[in-house]
Amino acid sequence: MFAPGFLTNGPVLTAIVVGGGAAIVSGIVGVFTIMRGQSFAGHALADVSSAGGSASFLLGVNPLLGFTGMAVIAAAVMGFADMRDARERDLLTGIVLGAGLGLTALFLYFDITSMSTGGAAITVLFGSMFSIPASIIPLTLGVAAGAIAAIVATYRPLLVSSLSAELAEVQGVRSRVIGLAYVLALSLAVALSAMTIGAILSTALLIGPAAAALRLADRPGTAVVLSVAIGLAATWGGILLAYDSFYWTPGHGWPVSFFIVTLVLLFYVAATLLGSRPRAIRST
Amino acid sequence: MTISPEALVVDHLSVRLAGRMIFEDVGFTLARGGFCGLIGANGSGKTTLLRAILGFTKPASGEVRIGAAGASRGSAPVGYVPQKILLDPQLPLRARDVVALGLDGRRLGLPLPSRTRDARVDEMLDAVGAADFAGQRIGDLSGGQQQRILLAHALVRRPQLLLLDEPLANLDVRSAAEIVALLRQLCDAYQVAVLLSAHDMNPLLAHMDRIVYLANGHAASGKTDEVVRTDVLSRLYGHPIDVVHVRDRIVVMAQ
Repeated sequence: MFAPGFLTNGPVLTAIVVGGGAAIVSGIVGVFTIMRGQSFAGHALADVSSAGGSASFLLGVNPLLGFTGMAVIAAAVMGFADMRDARERDLLTGIVLGAGLGLTALFLYFDITSMSTGGAAITVLFGSMFSIPASIIPLTLGVAAGAIAAIVATYRPLLVSSLSAELAEVQGVRSRVIGLAYVLALSLAVALSAMTIGAILSTALLIGPAAAALRLADRPGTAVVLSVAIGLAATWGGILLAYDSFYWTPGHGWPVSFFIVTLVLLFYVAATLLGSRPRAIRST
Repeated sequence: MTISPEALVVDHLSVRLAGRMIFEDVGFTLARGGFCGLIGANGSGKTTLLRAILGFTKPASGEVRIGAAGASRGSAPVGYVPQKILLDPQLPLRARDVVALGLDGRRLGLPLPSRTRDARVDEMLDAVGAADFAGQRIGDLSGGQQQRILLAHALVRRPQLLLLDEPLANLDVRSAAEIVALLRQLCDAYQVAVLLSAHDMNPLLAHMDRIVYLANGHAASGKTDEVVRTDVLSRLYGHPIDVVHVRDRIVVMAQ
């Protein structure tokens, strides 16, 4: 099943490093995204980041810079708006998402018509891991470190405020500051995975491994570790399968993103089946 | 450290929400180790008063002082048990994790293993009678069990003041009596002042040594038999009220 030359191939190694970084960060941040009920915000940030990604093709700059810049701006807008009411939060998120995708449509149109880079649309929306330039690795590691540092620093306040914002504030936690730090970490995580598996599919890497981990773990640390492990398994497994697929249908391989998202789904289904058994016993 | 005898001073407090006066000129004090019922009908402003004490609602006038200094939120520990928390059953937190978060949830950085912290958490789990289910996910526990865990979460920092919003609202008569007896016991053991709201004072009668009675936008406070009287409550409500003692229960009704 292993095609020859897997670990000596330059683009494959870049994909392993960048995809691995995206999987680790998404795995960590995703656990908190689900606990805080902000999956929709995560998806919206990814869609908005695609405006930055598509603009970077026009400007000829590092695409990760584009994805990250746009996601951080949108996160700041969403973080500073006081959104205690879940309905209002969803509305604002939806509006920001719509505006972002409008810009994406504009930039991609220019990409395709004026630059004749027809592949840009596929790359931005659905990712193309084997065409990521190796020069992106240092910035990837920086973005990943930033997101992980934000979560590590705010770990306990994040947990209490996921339990209840009121209980957090009684202890003196400034839930708005914590919420802002979290949403910035979320924007970095989402930009990274948008860069690797595409803006549209990045939600799968953010939510899927974390959701599977939450089915199995009953402690926050365990959930984070499991989520990272599942994310890495899906990402690296997907890269391997995509590399092999060049030999299944000679001439053209299958997209990595397809394999990653499919593996994430399989892990989630397996975790649901595994996780439901002991609980059913406990509740009777 | 000088210990102020008063754990809570509410001084001429008025709160207005969306232009409507909720209550006016409410004043009472609560000593350490005191057990006080905050009694009033639905909509009388009990939750608003608790939120004003916690600093969640800014008063129109008057002030709240907690502990020795006129301390603000966070600096002087105040324990709070909200009426209802929507707990996602998938929350990856065991009951004991929730108690530990009551101790150091405001701290930055990852929690390092600490025997002192574990000991304090264990002690508090024992104190609320939750040692048996400490290892289970918080979302898998029954409502009564969750309440005990939230109580331990609130008390683990050893606050001088503990506020509970309608802790008896969803409990049957026996569980309510158990919780009241437990609160009285914790109140004595930790010398914490307990203020709990309830729409029915009867489950509290055996244990509470003070009462704050909210009605008609005003409050009367003092010992139970000083406040729950025909003349005092008639003045508070602004119309004639009968206070009837039936065996060991008290019934308050309009004439």
